[in-house]
Amino acid sequence: MAEAIDLKYIGTRPVRPDGVDKVTGRAQFGADQNLPNMLHGKVLRSPHAHARIRRVDVSGALAMDGVYAAVCGEDFPSEVGGSMLGEGGGDLGDVARNIMARDKVLYHGHAIAAVAASSLEIAERALHAIEVEYEVLPPVLDVLEAMEEDAPLLDENCFTKNLPEKPDKPSNIASVMTLARGNVDEGFEQADLVVEGEYRIPMAHQGYIEPHACTATVNEEGKATVWCCTQGHFDFRAATAKILDCPIGDLKFIASEIGGGFGGKTVLYLEPVAVMLSRQSGRPVKMVMTREEVFRATGPTSGTVCRVKVGAKRDGRITAAKAWMAYEAGAFAGAPMGPGCMSIFAPYDLENFLVVGHDVLVNKPKVAAYRAPGAPQAMHAMEVALDDIARQLGMDPLDLRMKNAADEGTQAPYGPKFPAIGFKACLEAAKEHPNYKAPVPEGAGRGVAAGFWFNVGMQSSAEVRLNEDGTVIVMEGNPDIGGSRASMCLMAAETLGVPYERINAFVGDTESTGFCNVTGGSRTTFATGLAVVRACEDIIGQCKSRVAATWGVDEDQVDWQDGQAVPAPGVNAEVTPMSLADIAASMPKTGGPMLGRASLNAQGAGASFSINFADLRVDRETGKVDVLSFTAVQDAGRAIHPDYVEGQMQGGASQGLGWALNEEYIYDADGVMENAGFLDYRMPVASDLPMIDTHIVEVPNPSHPYGVRGVGETPIVAPLAVAANAVRDATGVRINDLPLSPPRIVAALEGN
Amino acid sequence: MAEYAYSAPLSIDDAVGILEDHANSGRRAQVLAGGTDLIVQMRGTDREPRTIVDIKRLEETNRIDADGDDIYIGAAIASAVLDEHEELKRLLPGLLESAYLIGSTQIQGRATLGGNLCNSSPAADTIPAMIANRGACVIAGPGGRREVPVEDFCTGVGTNVLEAGEFLLGLRFPRPAPGTADAYLRFIPRTEMDIAVAGAGVSVTLDGNGVCTAARVGIGAVAPTPLIVPEAAESLVGTRVDDDALVAAGEACTAASSPISDKRGTVSYRLKVVGVLCRRAGAIARDRVLARGG
Ligand SMILES: Cc1cc2nc3c(=O)[nH]c(=O)nc-3n(C[C@H](O)[C@H](O)[C@H](O)COP(=O)(O)OP(=O)(O)OC[C@H]3O[C@@H](n4cnc5c(N)ncnc54)[C@H](O)[C@@H]3O)c2cc1C
Repeated sequence: MAEAIDLKYIGTRPVRPDGVDKVTGRAQFGADQNLPNMLHGKVLRSPHAHARIRRVDVSGALAMDGVYAAVCGEDFPSEVGGSMLGEGGGDLGDVARNIMARDKVLYHGHAIAAVAASSLEIAERALHAIEVEYEVLPPVLDVLEAMEEDAPLLDENCFTKNLPEKPDKPSNIASVMTLARGNVDEGFEQADLVVEGEYRIPMAHQGYIEPHACTATVNEEGKATVWCCTQGHFDFRAATAKILDCPIGDLKFIASEIGGGFGGKTVLYLEPVAVMLSRQSGRPVKMVMTREEVFRATGPTSGTVCRVKVGAKRDGRITAAKAWMAYEAGAFAGAPMGPGCMSIFAPYDLENFLVVGHDVLVNKPKVAAYRAPGAPQAMHAMEVALDDIARQLGMDPLDLRMKNAADEGTQAPYGPKFPAIGFKACLEAAKEHPNYKAPVPEGAGRGVAAGFWFNVGMQSSAEVRLNEDGTVIVMEGNPDIGGSRASMCLMAAETLGVPYERINAFVGDTESTGFCNVTGGSRTTFATGLAVVRACEDIIGQCKSRVAATWGVDEDQVDWQDGQAVPAPGVNAEVTPMSLADIAASMPKTGGPMLGRASLNAQGAGASFSINFADLRVDRETGKVDVLSFTAVQDAGRAIHPDYVEGQMQGGASQGLGWALNEEYIYDADGVMENAGFLDYRMPVASDLPMIDTHIVEVPNPSHPYGVRGVGETPIVAPLAVAANAVRDATGVRINDLPLSPPRIVAALEGN
Repeated sequence: MAEYAYSAPLSIDDAVGILEDHANSGRRAQVLAGGTDLIVQMRGTDREPRTIVDIKRLEETNRIDADGDDIYIGAAIASAVLDEHEELKRLLPGLLESAYLIGSTQIQGRATLGGNLCNSSPAADTIPAMIANRGACVIAGPGGRREVPVEDFCTGVGTNVLEAGEFLLGLRFPRPAPGTADAYLRFIPRTEMDIAVAGAGVSVTLDGNGVCTAARVGIGAVAPTPLIVPEAAESLVGTRVDDDALVAAGEACTAASSPISDKRGTVSYRLKVVGVLCRRAGAIARDRVLARGG
């Protein structure tokens, strides 16, 4: 078991390998790739939220001086099959229609055509020369309205999936999902008290600082090279191949450094378009979105309506829980309502529950993954309901959760039995935390909530190359969003027994390293880390066999200790231990270069639970909320590089608080987003938040050699309900909807 | 095709001449101070070529005069400079606070009171504070100089009284009478980098007994232009600027407002908050006087 290992490097906090280039501005991000003769691509976007496309004519643009290519929907292959792996990519036919509309535009900002020109200015002017005839249709923007029988239909061929019988009429409800156990009616009958509520949360964007950007160049043989900012260049490559109907081998994808993704860069928008424009023009084409385009046409995550009913005994034991949820998918099916349904009750050991989720089309951008997709909205509802129960019972909210907490052996609501998990350990750590023991400051309120995320494994590859001097190169294929290269180096250092400084980690392109799925699902440190450990073990095995040959002993007579080959206990050989550097120096004589490899489909990603609590103060006259303190307690399994675990916890808390307090997509009646910029899409700025205090709990994941659990997504889940519960505590008024913006708070306090 | 041009005249006459020439020949010219509004607009919504007339090389726009009966602040003086001016901080703390709210440290190295005024946004932070301090706009133009009270300067959203060939030289404020202090508060949902949902600047003068002998109130973001609210000032005069008087002043601000509902706030919210801000700013101004011992 992982606990037994005496760790030397894991758990330390060395400087990240990519740090200096990032702070000095040398690091290359998506928009930084420039090539000779490069053109600039721009996308024409729909001015309507819902319309049939009668005609698109790009000839006017093509006729302009300096314009070298122009494409629209009909230039792309019409039948696209398959789906994009990862969270929230979905059906590739939909992705293809999302990146270039055919037949219909489904949201304001939907791509309709694209041009490439010798300058950005010419490209922008050329967009005006594209003629489009629309038949404008009424948009449907509200998820509940979209579910009504007579709502305008986004897709006449959408028949609700997963109903007992195939419906005879199309609908905006793309699919439903039901999860159930026991008998909720009986459960509610046993309850001493029942709380109920409807909670609405609007769409929110991932808000990554770096806009989507790519550069593509296609040569005369049709082979394309694409530089882009992505969470997964292998998955981008596969999707582009399907969308453009070309062999994967014709495409090379190179991932740049990435200025944030949070799930939003697991899906592509520009890359196939840039390849098409480059094919047509014979020149490299660069495309960079503006912030406005990012808001109007990428991301966001679903707006939701969640109705929750929870019954409990006087001692706090939950007898039944029921949820009805509707998720906005945006223009195409694929809202994260599945994970929402599966996560809502996940921290609790429940006998009776029923969850029904709906994936609903509305005339808004197609949603993309956003940290723990679907869970923050669903769990906000449950965690608020639990707060109401704790309040009515006069029970400490941590005690209430402890009373119902899932533990090793508990059957998760979504099926499997939990292996060792850290939820109870988080509850205990929170209860003992000095911030929790400290009194709530005068006039403030405290909120508590739990968070959870499944985490995933999926496919990863890694290579470990031994350099001639004994330094080591780790090569893997997961874009590093949160410090993963440092973590890979630490795991390699630990496994090989050589200092961190002697190891360098790189993210290879699709031709220079083995396949890796996206950096998503909090899987990278777990799954790719596992591949790195296995590749190190591969190298160690090779080292042992070379040393055995050198020493003239059997392979099993050589052990690996502290970065060197030593004779196994009881082996009587007159030899001096050989370090990795010694072995590397002897490579030419012992069989040539050494390369360790591992490719795997990682199983057993351990779920990560959290408890967050915060003290908030509300200005009752202006409705302004000040976050006085915020404490995040989370199970990391094992923190490989604690700085980056804490960074994930702090970043998730900041994003969750932003969503809870001010962030929202604001639409006018025509379906035009009114706040498509950082000025009015109000993410928190640094001075809005206190230092987020973190406490890492370590309940090792039995499926990882060092006990790693993913930590990237859980942190955003709890803060929504934490804020809601703290505002309830501070004001005495329960506000069900988010964001808790000043006007909403003032209206609630005035009793409206 | 029209082209961008840049000029940085060294005399007021040259500046007026360039502006007038352009006006007469139907070409577009625009004055540049710190550029923190203008350059953002040029890179965003308004990319049309034009001549940029930089007024930062003029003596009159670079002058601060804080010693005479009148205080003068040139139109090219950046917020950061104001913020380090001890005498102005003492005399007009609220006005300087309003300038200090603009943007970030970087923005304040460039942003000017004049630019904030001439951009004529209803939500401009310094305008209500300038109104509260009885500010006057010193304008140069083909016909010589003229002065316009700050509260009369803006005529609508993004429009003002400047005529063809005219530009702002600076701002003049009467030296605050003894027993006078001001304060400015705005409301934004964040702590910084945001646009006022409502704002209120208040100046009060108290006599030796703590009774208010004069007051001025300016409000922002609650009407197409920043407003002076004489009714609010009247409810303070003759009182000790106590809670009742402040509530009345706040109510007068609410009554004077005609806000819109938009992504930044609703009508009812703005009406409420502008009153709250006036009340709180009034209390701060009062306490400033009292803390100084009158
Ligand atoms: C990040 C950021 C944050 C900001 N935050 C705030 C804020 O919190 N509150 C706020 O009120 N504003 C804010 N602003 C807006 C802006 O910084 C202020 O309005 C600033 O005071 C403008 O001054 P300036 O000298 O930069 O004006 P400029 O951009 O140079 O000019 C603004 C306008 O006034 C005209 N003009 C300037 N000087 C003269 C003159 N002497 N005569 C005639 N016309 C003139 C220009 O032609 C232009 O139309 C912010 C801007 C940014 C970029």
